[in-house]
Amino acid sequence: MPAAVKRILPQLITLLGVMVLVSLVFPDFLSIDYSDGRLVGPVIDVLKRGAPVALLAVGMTLVVATGGIDLSVGTLMAITGAVAAAAIVAGHGLVLAIVLALAAGLCAGGFSGFLVAVVGIQPIVATLILMISGRGIAQLITEGRILTFNMPGFAFLGSGTLLGVPVPVWIWLAVTALAIVIVRRTALGLLIESVGINRRASALAGVNARVILIAVYMASGLCAALAGIITTADIRGADANNAGLWLELDAILATVLGGNSLRGGRFSISAAVIGALIIQTINTGILLAGFPSEYNLVIKAVLVILILVVQSPSLAGDLKRLGSQLSRRAPRRSAKAAPQRSDR
Amino acid sequence: MLLALQSLTKTFVGMKALDEVDFELASGEVHALLGENGAGKSTLIKCLTGVYRRDAGSILLDGRDISPDSTSRAQALGIGTVYQEVNLLPNLTVAQNLTFGHEPRRFGIISPRAQRRRAAQMLEGYGLDIDLDRDLGSYSVAVQQLVAIARAVELSGRVLILDEPTASLDDREVQMLFAVVRRLRDRGLGIIFVSHFLDQVYALCDRITVLRNGCRIVTERSDSLDRVRLIEHMLGRELAAQEESEKRHRRSAPLAGEPLLSFAGVGRRGFVEPFDLEVQRGEVIGMSGLLGSGRTETAELMFGIRRMHSGTVSDAEGDLRLNNPRDAIAAGFGFAPEDRKTDGIIADLSIRDNIVLAMQARRGWLRRVPRAEQKRLAADYIERLDIRTSGPEKAVGELSGGNQQKVVLARWLAMNPRFLVLDEPTRGIDVGAHAEILQLVRELTARGMAVLVISSELDELIAVSDRVIVLRDRRQVARLSGSDITLENVVHAIAASDEHREVSA
Amino acid sequence: MKKLLAISVAVMGFGTTAAVAETVGFSQIGSESGWRAAETTITRQQAEKRGIDLRFSDAQQRQENQIAALRSFVAQGVDAILLAPVVSTGWDNILMEARDAEIPVVLLDRRIDAPDDLYMTAVGADSVHEGEVAGGWLVDEVGDRQCNVVELQGTTGSSVAIERKQGFENAIADHPNISIIRSQTGDFTRSGGKEVMESFLQAENGGRNICALFSHNDDMAVGAIQAIKEAGLNPGEDILTVSIDGVPDYFRAMANGDANATVELTPNMAGPAFDALQAWWQDGTLPPKFIQTPSTLYTQADDPEGEYQRRKDLGY
Repeated sequence: MPAAVKRILPQLITLLGVMVLVSLVFPDFLSIDYSDGRLVGPVIDVLKRGAPVALLAVGMTLVVATGGIDLSVGTLMAITGAVAAAAIVAGHGLVLAIVLALAAGLCAGGFSGFLVAVVGIQPIVATLILMISGRGIAQLITEGRILTFNMPGFAFLGSGTLLGVPVPVWIWLAVTALAIVIVRRTALGLLIESVGINRRASALAGVNARVILIAVYMASGLCAALAGIITTADIRGADANNAGLWLELDAILATVLGGNSLRGGRFSISAAVIGALIIQTINTGILLAGFPSEYNLVIKAVLVILILVVQSPSLAGDLKRLGSQLSRRAPRRSAKAAPQRSDR
Repeated sequence: MLLALQSLTKTFVGMKALDEVDFELASGEVHALLGENGAGKSTLIKCLTGVYRRDAGSILLDGRDISPDSTSRAQALGIGTVYQEVNLLPNLTVAQNLTFGHEPRRFGIISPRAQRRRAAQMLEGYGLDIDLDRDLGSYSVAVQQLVAIARAVELSGRVLILDEPTASLDDREVQMLFAVVRRLRDRGLGIIFVSHFLDQVYALCDRITVLRNGCRIVTERSDSLDRVRLIEHMLGRELAAQEESEKRHRRSAPLAGEPLLSFAGVGRRGFVEPFDLEVQRGEVIGMSGLLGSGRTETAELMFGIRRMHSGTVSDAEGDLRLNNPRDAIAAGFGFAPEDRKTDGIIADLSIRDNIVLAMQARRGWLRRVPRAEQKRLAADYIERLDIRTSGPEKAVGELSGGNQQKVVLARWLAMNPRFLVLDEPTRGIDVGAHAEILQLVRELTARGMAVLVISSELDELIAVSDRVIVLRDRRQVARLSGSDITLENVVHAIAASDEHREVSA
Repeated sequence: MKKLLAISVAVMGFGTTAAVAETVGFSQIGSESGWRAAETTITRQQAEKRGIDLRFSDAQQRQENQIAALRSFVAQGVDAILLAPVVSTGWDNILMEARDAEIPVVLLDRRIDAPDDLYMTAVGADSVHEGEVAGGWLVDEVGDRQCNVVELQGTTGSSVAIERKQGFENAIADHPNISIIRSQTGDFTRSGGKEVMESFLQAENGGRNICALFSHNDDMAVGAIQAIKEAGLNPGEDILTVSIDGVPDYFRAMANGDANATVELTPNMAGPAFDALQAWWQDGTLPPKFIQTPSTLYTQADDPEGEYQRRKDLGY
């Protein structure tokens, strides 16, 4: 089995498990229809609705790999969505609206990165600044209301379909693929990991840790901007109060479900994105199941705890030990599985 | 017998770390556990303290079979451990550290007074006069070590394992530690002592057990095992002759004395006094001085880790800019820092990644070193430097200290630097790797590289250096070269005004 | 003694300011929604119309800011205080301070847990009634037809969501042809409404089992309408939509024929509040402890385009 597949295997199994579970309460979960030139079905919904968290998870994984964390991404979605909507309402074209939103994401990420890398503020504090103040900024842009616009081209990014598949799905697939290619085909992944594991030693080996740190926060900001654009385009309006609300936590959860250590180091973007899909499958499954909404969060919490416990390395080790004890009489096992690390 | 290990076996991915090892410890005995890095010492200790589970064999404590599955379980059984890096909490007070996890409580609330009383009792007989309410971190490593021992003895009280306890202590502190260890021995504890310092082993231990490649080679009373035989057991080869020849082979002058670099008036206020230094191709410059004399600080200035406030650095082509390590690397410098774990290795990354890191950083993130090239480099250096590993993809953090040092060296050698700074390259490394690294330094200079070696081990420094610079109080106080490089002269220069420190073996 | 002095000062103050414009302090929660912004706008307009000097303070969602604002209003000796409370508890002390200073306090929009002698009156809508009006419209609209309703709830556990749900259920209770088949929270947000509506459509045969949507607020309904459109159905015809709040975007949807009805939660809370205060200033008439604002039903027949135009600049 190639190392890359081996790395994401636990996440794939979990995703399958959650899908089976949802199918039990909603038998039609896996059914997909083709109508009006588009694919329709709960799974398609999961892929589409999972787009914002999947995008955030891509950026979050890079930040987490450096040992940091980015709490500002949910708020950044509100800011960038507001920027895009304001640009459209002001009569600027589609391209300019997108460019401005992406630029806003890059700037905000750069700001957080600057605080972390140059000023030396702890990531959780540095990004908390934007997390809290950012919604105010977004509200200033939208003047406290839902800034509704009417531009089919922009709305297409949120609710259009291309070759039968929702555009947001294409966007996160493309971003994920691009991010993986960039970090693994270049040396960026190695440099990010080395800074995350030991910044000082990396700097002594000549790694420009500051630039790396600023770059990952900018990447995270860019991903947040894309997520903000999708969300805004989807509802054809910028909702400064609610866009991306608490999604930073879902993004962190997705990263963790993807087996990435919050202490930094080795990372897997694909596993984090699968983590995002796991979360969205749970969310969609809860909506489809038709339980009273009071149970939503409880069900989600129980499932997440269950998954984290099952994925926990120490539990895995215990199970393995148990297995080897059971088969003690058997001939000596040559290899003990290495920790689930190798990612390339 | 207090503690008996019988046919203890532990296997890691394809490697037998311990192969049917027998080991006995009597109460009232200090028993040295010796061996090169990778011989199996730490695996044995980890099996004893519940960090690892043994694959086969048995551990008998007072004749009863035990299998500790955690350090706290081992402690409860009576086996306590103190490591080289004290693993107590520096930000808690001495009293809190001593009673941590076993705080005396009144009505469920920790009582600071009872805590202090308890701590004072625990420290009785250790000859320590310290403030129990101060943070542990404000005391020297030696004091912390003694506190850790007091805690371990209190919690376990049967077997005490000391893993490299003296590595960062000075002579007086070592004597203090030994006094405590002897007292504990007389109280009937069984003590396992792991160290690289053979003098200390002979001074303290009753018996010696040597491990090599996961096997027990010998167990003998220390007064009947002479030093040369001991080293032969450890290395599995004859060393005495080799050492002799090395000492006699003082190398001839460096490669024709071609100038390479010139440091002129380089200094930093309150850090390093301005100094001049001409570096020639192919020479080894030794830098000596007490801890805090400015050795490491000088290296940090040279490598751009700290900015210099004054002075210039130049080569044949002109002035060099050394504002940060990247500048230094661009100028063809390399630096293997003293603290490998925090400043050298990237523990979770593979040997391959660690070796290519500097080269990759130099090339920039866009120009990735091709995978085939990475593999070739890793395989090449694993072989050339004899890095003991099951493969190039093993995480560096899982290697022994000597092998980690070799990986850091490999990282720089891959860059083919013209000037390499090695800060304490042999600290915490066993005899075999030690000799290999010194041998390597000679090979490098033979090809024209200039090497600056910082070391507290004077024998080693004298053996390897073409010139020796002695620092005191952040200032160069002596330069020795040629036949002037003798132990006597160096010690004299170091000690010039303050005579209190002796040279440790 | 001290209290007596305070009263006499207050009485004197009353006597002197009667001739000039009254000063009213207004502690607003913040601007967390368009409705809130509209309430602020209309409060300013109402004060201006009546020649009242309005001192406005934005609490940015924090009770301590509101308490500080009230304390400063008391210190300034305003003639009355309007308070839109951010939370329901913890007001007793500051309201006692206002009472001791003889400054009447009128609560806007939200209620609090405090003895009702600590404030003059509370102005607000009755959320149960709103739900009843919405439900009543649906009952009239479908007649005896069988109708499966999907419900978009507000934030789980919020009193508004509980009461609007209750009101709607009251209204359809005697009409067994109308039943709620799915009910799920959309958190009062447009994206929440859209996402949940998508799942309703998936779960109910592409929406073909659904006859009507009842949404606890217009924002969710606007999102849900988009979801219905994207599923290839016609909102307003294939699926009837009734909602509560009366925000401009929803009026526009009605004007476009995509939505059917909404029950307005009027942002004009200040009007009735000022009416009550002016009556008290004039002849000491004490208002009832709760002044219920009207919950007006708007349908496609009520000139939704015009209503949209009237509202679009209020800050919604």
